[in-house]
Amino acid sequence: MAKHRISVAVNGTAREAEVESRLLLVHLIREVFRLTGTHVGCDTSHCGACTVILDGVPVKSCTVLAVQADGCKIATVEGLEQGGKLHPVQEGFTEKHGLQCGFCTPGMLMTTSALLERNNNPSEQEIREAISGNLCRCTGYVNIVRAVQYAAEKMR
Amino acid sequence: MTAPKTDARICGMGHSMKRKEDPRFIRGQGRYVDDIVLPGMLYMDIVRSPYAHAKIKKINTEAALKIPGVLAVIDGATLAKYNLHWMPTISADTQMVLPTDRVMYQAQEVAAVIATERYIAADGVEAVEVEYEPLTPIVDPHKSLAPGAQVLRTDKKDKKDNLAFHWEAGNRADADQAIAAAEVMVSENVYLPRIHVASMETCGCIADFDAAQGKLTVYMTTQAPHAVRTVFALVAGHVGLSEERIRIISPDIGGGFGGKVPVYPGYVIAVAASVVIGKPVKWIEDRMENLQADSFARDYHMKVELGAKKDGTMTALRIKTVADHGYANASANPSKYPAGLFSICTGSYDLKHAFCEVDAAYTNKPPGGVAYRCSFRVTEAVHAIERATDALAQKLNMDPAELRLKNFIKPEQFPYKSVLGWEYDSGNYHAALKKAMDLIGYDALRKEQAEKRSRGELMGIGISSFTEIVGAGPSRDFDILGLKMFDSAEIRVHPTGKAIARFGTKSQGQGHETTYAQIVAEELGIPASDIQVEEGDTDTAPYGLGTYASRSTPTAGAAGAMAARKIRDKARKLAAHLLEVREDDLVWEPGKFSVKGAPQKSKTIQECAFAAYTNHPQGMEAGLEAVHYYDPPNLTFPFGSYICVVDIDRGTGVVTVRRFVAVDDCGNIINPMIVEGQIHGGLTQGLAPALFEEISYDDEGNISGGSFMDYYVPTALETPHWETDMTVTPSPHHPLGAKGVGESATVGAPPAIANAVVDALRHLGITHIDIPITPEKVWQVLKAKGVAE
Repeated sequence: MAKHRISVAVNGTAREAEVESRLLLVHLIREVFRLTGTHVGCDTSHCGACTVILDGVPVKSCTVLAVQADGCKIATVEGLEQGGKLHPVQEGFTEKHGLQCGFCTPGMLMTTSALLERNNNPSEQEIREAISGNLCRCTGYVNIVRAVQYAAEKMR
Repeated sequence: MTAPKTDARICGMGHSMKRKEDPRFIRGQGRYVDDIVLPGMLYMDIVRSPYAHAKIKKINTEAALKIPGVLAVIDGATLAKYNLHWMPTISADTQMVLPTDRVMYQAQEVAAVIATERYIAADGVEAVEVEYEPLTPIVDPHKSLAPGAQVLRTDKKDKKDNLAFHWEAGNRADADQAIAAAEVMVSENVYLPRIHVASMETCGCIADFDAAQGKLTVYMTTQAPHAVRTVFALVAGHVGLSEERIRIISPDIGGGFGGKVPVYPGYVIAVAASVVIGKPVKWIEDRMENLQADSFARDYHMKVELGAKKDGTMTALRIKTVADHGYANASANPSKYPAGLFSICTGSYDLKHAFCEVDAAYTNKPPGGVAYRCSFRVTEAVHAIERATDALAQKLNMDPAELRLKNFIKPEQFPYKSVLGWEYDSGNYHAALKKAMDLIGYDALRKEQAEKRSRGELMGIGISSFTEIVGAGPSRDFDILGLKMFDSAEIRVHPTGKAIARFGTKSQGQGHETTYAQIVAEELGIPASDIQVEEGDTDTAPYGLGTYASRSTPTAGAAGAMAARKIRDKARKLAAHLLEVREDDLVWEPGKFSVKGAPQKSKTIQECAFAAYTNHPQGMEAGLEAVHYYDPPNLTFPFGSYICVVDIDRGTGVVTVRRFVAVDDCGNIINPMIVEGQIHGGLTQGLAPALFEEISYDDEGNISGGSFMDYYVPTALETPHWETDMTVTPSPHHPLGAKGVGESATVGAPPAIANAVVDALRHLGITHIDIPITPEKVWQVLKAKGVAE
């Protein structure tokens, strides 16, 4: 299978890799770069556990080929904490008990951090719509909504 | 709720301590099975059957083996050489690991490809050619049990029918008589459909056989690592795997809900592959494999009959169930209870006559079923009695709340001996329902409903007042494959007064690292932040049966308290030695002993710990640690009352949950924040089957609901804002007065929602709708009754 040389910036660090055409971005992140915070929860782009930020836009990295990310900036959960300071969504999720098993959490954090970048005062409905592409089986979403509201207040 | 006994620094029971698990999870530093990579690790992927029932004529692996990187293809014939092609299920039935001649369900494992890379293993699966001869499947469990049906389990010598088991509880003749004598009777056929836990992480493992040491380490998504180790030793002892050479490590688990209790064929094949090849083998199933082949839950066809007097006094209950178990009984049930704790079906009501029976059928579906966030068939039992109660209220033209209040077991009747044999430990059902009615504004809602109904709008109010039975269980009655269902804790206090506590259970998101630390903090006064909790490594943790059936707090939590008390007893001796007083001159308060009448003379638990290693009295063993194996004297009986308000769109049949109030009583509470989180999650997993989720099969045994394309896990948009509250009725026999809470809401929510929908349609003559109550089902009803818009 054809191989391609790609360059990406992952959480601000330039990385290069030689990848097969078919390699999924999520596997590039997890298995080539060994950043395992990004998870795989389904095969059909429904669960959102694999959500990362690609050039500022949240994407499901199981539905993007690694080669499509060539030249792009990728932000993953590992890059949220800056200089030893948690991102407000990370703080919010732990303060408001917005996570239980933790498997959907990285995807939720990436989706909601992107939401708050564009709208730091979302309504409950806007939060629920923003995370409707991310499934959580544990929390029933109420505390995730509270966590995002907590983070929004911090970011205002 | 009473105030916590400890301050915020110690953070014992009753504090909403922030979770100790969270720092790693919010940084993406959790360690789930698929995050682990071992040197030289190979990947396994599985070839699965497209047919529900077929003969395997030929498996051609030639093309697969030609792919560079494909190292081996394992099939049933390979495993048969080691007599590993069949294995026992948890319910002491048998199931295939890999078939040698016949497949029994769609998506059954047929062969496994071992390759150097994940993608190459998938290529190998595509290249394996299997020739099948399709056979007629049996999909309907009623047809399966009908006389003359083809026998599915031809592997079982002398098996002449498809009955997996028959089980019953109660006195049939007595219940028949009471039903016949009832002044009023309702009868409903209630189906609880086949569903799936759909934890966000699928199942998987890395089997790592170290040939030099002869030791097998399996990193595995399991809720019961110790039991799995024993099962592996029993199954594979004949090929040299003895129990001291097996180590099961259950790392972070991305949700379990009962689905990670069974041993699936994939685990066993990976182990076999690693032993034969001598390298670590990773197997991670994808979502479709997870939904299509792993153990399902529920699938109970129940005929429920409830008799009463004209004044609404319930007199008799009779339930006949046909249970679809798929091609093998792989239920995760205690041995003595093949239908689980279904005999909790008299629920919260003071019923004097009851009988229930279950006929379990083999069909051409995956084996099961697991206790999905439910203490062994309690969800089924609660749905049956709570739906029947509403049907009775409807028949009597009585308010369903009034009917419940009239029939509840009264607070003074506890401990209450139920007619089907359980001793309910404690309860106050009236208080919980009244609290829920106040919170939601029940009377005002009924007025609103009447007004809306007069305008043709469809609004319903549904109640569910459930009683659970959890914390299995007392060893006199409870075992799985002979292993008694105690659980364990081991606590070691270090010289500096910090501690490590290990348990026989395994958290999958419940927050044990936090709540267990709080239990130990409560008993020892060592700050919970100074207590490290570990579970899931069979080489280090004490033996236990694992986490499911809301048993962690009732069993291992109790063990933690008892082990801590042993340590406190020894610390008292150390304090007496240090203070040069008699032990009974000392008074304990969380964290220290002081001398009676001279409170300035005291020793902290940390000082006692230091003395245990530096200055222990002659004749006393050094160190400060304890182990406890807790065998509960009884089960615990959490309960609650839920009220749900729904609106129904007459144009589309869509049901919207407008409000949902949940009042739970789980006894004394360890961490209110975590309890609320458990209720929220459970309610959502009750909403899901009530309105959305079902795995069904067509006549050929083809699955629908086999991927997230058509298995509708609710998103944040369908899920309402849950409103929760609680009452506290401690368990009289649990050392902490706690009962367990993980499953109450999954059990209690579905009938509240179903009752609300039926209530909205009651005036149209509707007495029952099976869940999931999809827009299609509702719209068909509206259309038939001429009220669809």
